Amino acid sequence: MRPFTYERATDVPGACAAASRPGATFISGGTNLLDLMKLEIERPSHLVDISRLPLADVDELQDGALRIGAQAANSDVAADPRVRTRYPVLSQALVAGASGQLRNKASVGGNLVQRTRCPYFYDTAAGCNKRDPGSGCSAIGGFNRIHAVLGASDSCIATNPSDMAVAMSVLDAQIELLDADRSVRRVDIADFHRLPGDTPHVETVLRPGEMITAVILPPPPPGRQLYRKVRDRASYEFALVSVAAIVATDRGTISSARVAFGGVAHKPWRSADAEAALTGRPATMATYRAAAETAMRDAVGQGQNDFKIDLARRTLCRTLVQAAQAS
Amino acid sequence: MIGQALNRVDGPLKVTGGATYAYEFRDGDQPLYGFVVGATIGRGRITGIDTTRVESSPGVHLVLTHQNAPAQGARDLSVPFEYWRAYPTLSSPDVHHHGEPVALVVAATFEQARTAANLVDVEYAAEQGSYDFAACQDQAYAPESLIFGIPADTAVGDVDAGLRTAEVQVDEWYTTPYEFSQPMEPPACLVVPDGDDLVVYTSCQIVDAARASIAATLELDPERVHVVTQYVGGGFGSKLRIHGETILAAMAARALQRPVKVALTRQQMFSSVSVRPTSSQRVRLGAERDGRLVAIAHEVTMHTNRHVEFIEPTATATRSLYAAPNRLTSTRLVPLDVLRGEDVRAPGEAPGLLVVESAVDELAHALGMDPVELRIRNEPTVDPERGVPYSDRHLVECLRDGADRFGWERRLPEPARRRDGRWLVGYGVAAAIRVHLQGPTKAAVRLGPDGIAVVESDMTDIGTGTYTILTQVAAEGLGLPPDRVRVELGRSEFPPSVGSGGSWGAGNSSTAVHHACTALREKLLAAASSDVRSPLHGLDTAGAVFSGGSVSIDGASEALGEIVTRNCPEGLEAEGETVLLTEEPNYGAYAIHTYGAHFAEVGVDADTAEIRLRRMLGVFSVGRVLNAKTARSQLIGGMIWGVSQALAEEGVVDMRSGGFVNRDLAQYLVPVHADIPEIDAVMLDGFDDKANVLGVKGLGELGICGAGAAVANAVFNATGVRVRDFPITIEKVLPGLPLTEV
Ligand SMILES: Cc1cc2nc3c(=O)[nH]c(=O)nc-3n(C[C@H](O)[C@H](O)[C@H](O)COP(=O)(O)OP(=O)(O)OC[C@H]3O[C@@H](n4cnc5c(N)ncnc54)[C@H](O)[C@@H]3O)c2cc1C
Ligand code: SF4
Repeated sequence: MRPFTYERATDVPGACAAASRPGATFISGGTNLLDLMKLEIERPSHLVDISRLPLADVDELQDGALRIGAQAANSDVAADPRVRTRYPVLSQALVAGASGQLRNKASVGGNLVQRTRCPYFYDTAAGCNKRDPGSGCSAIGGFNRIHAVLGASDSCIATNPSDMAVAMSVLDAQIELLDADRSVRRVDIADFHRLPGDTPHVETVLRPGEMITAVILPPPPPGRQLYRKVRDRASYEFALVSVAAIVATDRGTISSARVAFGGVAHKPWRSADAEAALTGRPATMATYRAAAETAMRDAVGQGQNDFKIDLARRTLCRTLVQAAQAS
Repeated sequence: MIGQALNRVDGPLKVTGGATYAYEFRDGDQPLYGFVVGATIGRGRITGIDTTRVESSPGVHLVLTHQNAPAQGARDLSVPFEYWRAYPTLSSPDVHHHGEPVALVVAATFEQARTAANLVDVEYAAEQGSYDFAACQDQAYAPESLIFGIPADTAVGDVDAGLRTAEVQVDEWYTTPYEFSQPMEPPACLVVPDGDDLVVYTSCQIVDAARASIAATLELDPERVHVVTQYVGGGFGSKLRIHGETILAAMAARALQRPVKVALTRQQMFSSVSVRPTSSQRVRLGAERDGRLVAIAHEVTMHTNRHVEFIEPTATATRSLYAAPNRLTSTRLVPLDVLRGEDVRAPGEAPGLLVVESAVDELAHALGMDPVELRIRNEPTVDPERGVPYSDRHLVECLRDGADRFGWERRLPEPARRRDGRWLVGYGVAAAIRVHLQGPTKAAVRLGPDGIAVVESDMTDIGTGTYTILTQVAAEGLGLPPDRVRVELGRSEFPPSVGSGGSWGAGNSSTAVHHACTALREKLLAAASSDVRSPLHGLDTAGAVFSGGSVSIDGASEALGEIVTRNCPEGLEAEGETVLLTEEPNYGAYAIHTYGAHFAEVGVDADTAEIRLRRMLGVFSVGRVLNAKTARSQLIGGMIWGVSQALAEEGVVDMRSGGFVNRDLAQYLVPVHADIPEIDAVMLDGFDDKANVLGVKGLGELGICGAGAAVANAVFNATGVRVRDFPITIEKVLPGLPLTEV
């Protein structure tokens, strides 16, 4: 770990100003950042601790939306009665992630910015364009079982590991950002994370010093919400593939559907194609299969992760069956 | 007393943090902290090391490299057990595997050492290394022999002819991956220089080996090395010997004349210690229609590091497991520039039985025979290769009893028939066998005038319960309540043992303590009966009874403490010992093993192929049990590792660098609580009088033996998919699962 200085922020704009200085960065729960600092993958010279800022509330807004403060702990959001009844997909996704201890510490803001679990990203002796731009991508031609099958580039094939963000993606969440110049903007979750392209080290649209202050969930769409996470062990493990779905049916016909995949791309992968292939069609396995085919049409495996394509299809079909049954 | 489920005597210390582990000791001056720098190439030479940046980094006291490391003793192959040999570290510019230590940075704090370690600039002349086990099979060679001089290959009868005539055959190849011992406590030590002596607090399984290895490496008189290992946070083979961490700390402590601590990080453990070799195994079985085996062939190829050979005895269990007139086992090694293999819990049996017991299940399926019945039909009467009788076996009882308890009759013989919602459900069985060994171990028992017995041995408790079982053995041996016994372990000043490893620690040390107690009782009786002041004076000691802290003869009784106070106020002491098995006739005249049968039920998700254990049972024949609770914990822990071996663990080598890619416990998967539901271990009543006077045998490794195969066989029963490339993960099962409707 490199030596660094530390300050505990006392007000929100001050924190943004402090974090916009070169070498400075925010720390919330620290569950991701500290691991990366110990390995010298992240080397901030100054930490601005924002975990005690008054940004942990969950509030209902006038228009029926729910505003979740960026400092709300993952476990608190998952347990919030409004989240559990109106946005169960989010609650399910959160409790499917990490462990009880980590969720108590992890913040919503930190979860959105957490970094990939690509093993080469963690190995400072290996080339990695995300860690060290221009040094190559060791995962291509290496161990890439957990890597992306959609939206990857020749520079990087890493996945975004967040479960929460996948659920937020089908909920059309908006991310509220405060810049160092005190300007506020809202970004759709679909636009918040970036595909790797040739700049895989730039993962989100955040500007230096810009802070996530909240996530806004619009009123939930009709239909049954489900999150299904497929993983190598029963708990405490990242998704190989996950599916968030919201499906409404009307007398055997799918009246509306939203679908997103986790574990398959550099960002939560909302599939507009699959949604189009579902909407207005009969709620049958044939429809789900067609949607799954469409969703994975452009998927490309790297060898070891080829199975994820079929796994994603199968997981989508099963999740849709369950969502449609109950809706 | 012996056998009771006595709670761990060190339990309260452990849960309150009162048990001091190696890295936590404080002795002498404020210690310095060392951080190991590992090679970033797999094979080649260091051509230059620039330490200027490190030396100006805050807090740095020393940078050790091969350029300034002291001369060291060489590995002496005439020392029979490798753990006692020297472990030269930083002794040349050559790199033999990725992660091999190339420097030690010593600084005032751990953080300073770790930061500075990143500033060591090493230049390498890298060579093309061999890292791909599968691709290098043509380089396999036959080793001279296995540990203890056991032959690497054996043959009885004519396997090929047997297979030709057999009505049903199985001939399959299996592979097992690199697996790691990853105890909670990493390899860690504090070395304190004391004049010409070194006091070494280190986490090790064998104190005597640690002392010998440190002394041989640093070319010191072993008497100058004092090893302290009071508590060990798990070993699993990784601490049978000390590694670079202790040697480096010792070299630095001597150079600086300051205490130095070194611990490996979790990531470093994956490139420095205790990997189970990867293997490729061919199993051929030939049987008559009635299930009787006519031929068994188990041919094993494993990796070894090119520089220092290690052979896992993977085919040896097959030699004693089932009867068959024609048999063959063989061992081949493929030299790679990958981390050297070492003993990992149940070396040999763990990967060997995973495979052989899968193959037996394949045979049962091919025969259309119940796999429990198939095993029973092939029960031998004598050890089929050595021709000697078994000391005490009961494998058939384990199978029958286990089948009963588990509800085996509910298994559907045809695969993929049982459903529970979205889960495909299957049952699997496998046999367990593990060789029982004995080695030289001494223990002293001293009774003080206060009537408290103190047991001393350099034996270790690696979390298994040694403190507790020796308390029980001494309490029973002297007729004392257990709270009048104190067990002191893990110091090189105490009588030497061969430590914990190979499941022999409990048998060796309990037998030695038992003998010591017997001798001490004789001394006490002699003292009392010849002492006119004793109520026992002149009585016939043959009928003496030791109980409740006193000894009584025909109604006359005296407290043990009083005998000691009067006759030898400094305490009365006796020693007991065990000898190496080659000097113990029973070990030549009998085949001495422990046995068991595992039963597993798994569910496989019909859509995603996620595999989850639903319940598991093991029934074991282990001779006499010393402590029902600690024994059960050992067995269950082993069974869980078996589950892990079948479904999770795999160290992945990057074929370009030769290093392990998944180097932490987030990426190298082991089961978590949610993966392990109901598990039970049952021990049959037993007493193996050929093993030792107490009738006890080791069981620390038995639990893992065959456990993974029961799980793998259950996966087959659930799905009809047979995976022969372990571990069984989603991508290997998925293609065999049909697409489901609704
Ligand atoms: C063992 C383990 C298992 C895990 N398993 C899972 C899993 O299964 N599923 C899953 O989804 N996650 C998992 N996680 C990841 C976990 O969810 C994240 O570590 C956590 O959400 C990060 O939140 P934090 O508050 O601790 O972030 P920190 O570590 O404090 O910060 C992470 C990053 O976010 C930035 N940041 C933090 N807050 C803000 C803000 N308000 N505005 C802008 N930037 C900010 C920081 O600068 C830093 O770069 C796991 C983590 C661990 C260690
Ligand atoms: S996939 Fe991305 S994160 Fe992984 S090595 Fe390649 S560039 Fe680095």
